[in-house]
Amino acid sequence: MSTLQVDVWRGAEAGRFQRFEVPREANQTVLDVVTYVQRRLDPTLAYRFACRVGMCGSCAMTVNGVARWTCRTHVAKVAGDGRLEIGPLANLPVIRDLATDMREFFDKWARARGSHAPTATRRDDFARVPPASPARAAADAGIECIGCGVCYASCDVVAWNPDYLGPAALNRAWTLANDVRDGARAERLRAVAGDAGCHACHTHMSCTERCPQAIAPTASIAGLKRATALAVLKGEL
Amino acid sequence: MSPRAEVKLWIAQRASAAVLALCVVVHLVVIVYAMRGGLSAAEILGRTRGNVGWLVFYGGFVLAAAVHAPIGLRAIATEWLGWRGRSLSVAVHLLAIVLAAVGLRAAWAVFG
Repeated sequence: MSTLQVDVWRGAEAGRFQRFEVPREANQTVLDVVTYVQRRLDPTLAYRFACRVGMCGSCAMTVNGVARWTCRTHVAKVAGDGRLEIGPLANLPVIRDLATDMREFFDKWARARGSHAPTATRRDDFARVPPASPARAAADAGIECIGCGVCYASCDVVAWNPDYLGPAALNRAWTLANDVRDGARAERLRAVAGDAGCHACHTHMSCTERCPQAIAPTASIAGLKRATALAVLKGEL
Repeated sequence: MSPRAEVKLWIAQRASAAVLALCVVVHLVVIVYAMRGGLSAAEILGRTRGNVGWLVFYGGFVLAAAVHAPIGLRAIATEWLGWRGRSLSVAVHLLAIVLAAVGLRAAWAVFG
């Protein structure tokens, strides 16, 4: 049986890669490899996962330098030479080993006004939103984000400017800006405008390249730039 | 700086970029035309002196550059040097004034 040489990050911000030998299996995922290390070789390894099928977004790590969902990444795809380097997501504080502290990531969703502000009461009828309307289509394009942090870890601007809200929070703001039922549009556009918001994006498109859900946060951010500019010109911001 | 002011800067930079895109193309075509045609400095001045069209074109070019460059440098200074606040604002305003003054002086020199 062939083996994989796996270098796994150990420690917090300061630490080092530790090498493990892991048996190669058919249809093996990177999460399988990490789980093997923790169950068979070193039970002190810290990592995070839940669903194992690409629904929860909790198992994202840096695999051979690229942020990925480990559960949906086959070893065959990324370790042609039998080597794997597995680290925690970039741009987030490391708690221990492969587990990052995602509080700042989600706090930025709140800062980008990423919560729905309802305008209807329980006595109102259901909102009727035509699925083909341009606003709904724009919201649909970004709605499937599950908050895994892959885009945030891949973003150069987040690395340079720690205040930058990041692709996921801005994408969330864009889906809500296109929700006709929402009542906080102006407040949200104010929250996402400026040097820490959509205007800091350099359009490198790493987020769009790496998003496992095939969402294009870059397009959402461009939408926010247009929307904020229009709001200023109309005197609404 | 308020979000509204930052969005205004962004609009100004995009709008000035659109003007610059056009001006740079015209400017390059003029350079190639003048060099290939073998125009002397005196012949070039003969065409620009008293020509309001060239004055307006190059005046607009200069003003667009004076708007565009300081806004871009402000973003770079913030991102790469961590320079923020009032001192940065004063510095980029000064840069805008210097660029506009030097450029307009040159445009005026070939007009007058």
